[in-house]
Amino acid sequence: MGGLLATVSLPDLATFLVAAVILVGGALGVVLGRNPVHAALSLVATLLAVAVLFVEEDAQFLAAVQIIVYTGAIVVLFLFVIMLLGVDRRERALVEQFRGQRLVALGLGALVLAEVLLLGTGHWTTGAHATTGALSRPLSNVAELGRAIFTTYLLPFEITSALLVVAVVAAVVLARRFDAPAQDERPPEGDPGDRPGDESEVAGR
Amino acid sequence: MTIDGSWYLALAAVVFTIGAVGVLVRRNVLVMFMCIELMLNAANLTFVTFSRQLNDIGGQVAVFFVLVVAAAEVVVGLGIIVAIYRRRVGATADDPHELRG
Repeated sequence: MGGLLATVSLPDLATFLVAAVILVGGALGVVLGRNPVHAALSLVATLLAVAVLFVEEDAQFLAAVQIIVYTGAIVVLFLFVIMLLGVDRRERALVEQFRGQRLVALGLGALVLAEVLLLGTGHWTTGAHATTGALSRPLSNVAELGRAIFTTYLLPFEITSALLVVAVVAAVVLARRFDAPAQDERPPEGDPGDRPGDESEVAGR
Repeated sequence: MTIDGSWYLALAAVVFTIGAVGVLVRRNVLVMFMCIELMLNAANLTFVTFSRQLNDIGGQVAVFFVLVVAAAEVVVGLGIIVAIYRRRVGATADDPHELRG
């Protein structure tokens, strides 16, 4: 590590270290936070740290998109659902449903960490990789990314639009379909004798 | 000179592990969902790091698509969670018997 520190410029090192601390701390906050609102705010810190690391790695467009889409839309959606459901009362987190669940989870986590670190630090020979475009051309990052998306990856990009349409339709369907039968079924469940009256009331509308 | 890529990979591995343990340990469905977002972000960091190491824009394109899919996933997943909570107040991931017909 001493050799690494000697070759790295100080601003780069400081940025990386601060972002890494915020990243890991925010991730721990998501997992350990009792209150879901606190978990969501820790998630915001984590996503911002990832955006900083994206800038550090010359992915400026993705850093901007990360902030706009993730912290601007996704986490706000999370918070919106938390507020809507009112689930910010404390989870009975201290009670284990299955005995030894935490221990097994931590053991599996350590295993995953060891495996991924082993995979990440090793050198693998997989042959020449398919090149989409070089990063360090005279073009900017946005131009390079746009060229790759609209030439090489045009078909996946178009399919993405179909995915977004499907997601919107699914959200609308999920929000509506459970509502209509619930209104019809609730009165018969509570008091079966009221059913004819209920129907006439519906017809009267 | 910038930081070596393997440090980014190690950092992403740590965050991925924290997210995975969170999915296994937590019981609130919303927090489990946030942990899945953590894992997605760790994978994104790995993509960008390899994109820089191999000098190839393809990794960043992959992150772009992951972002789109994550947005769609969150919309549908939160819709499902809202639908579950509407039927049964206070559902956690510990209620598999709810799935019986």
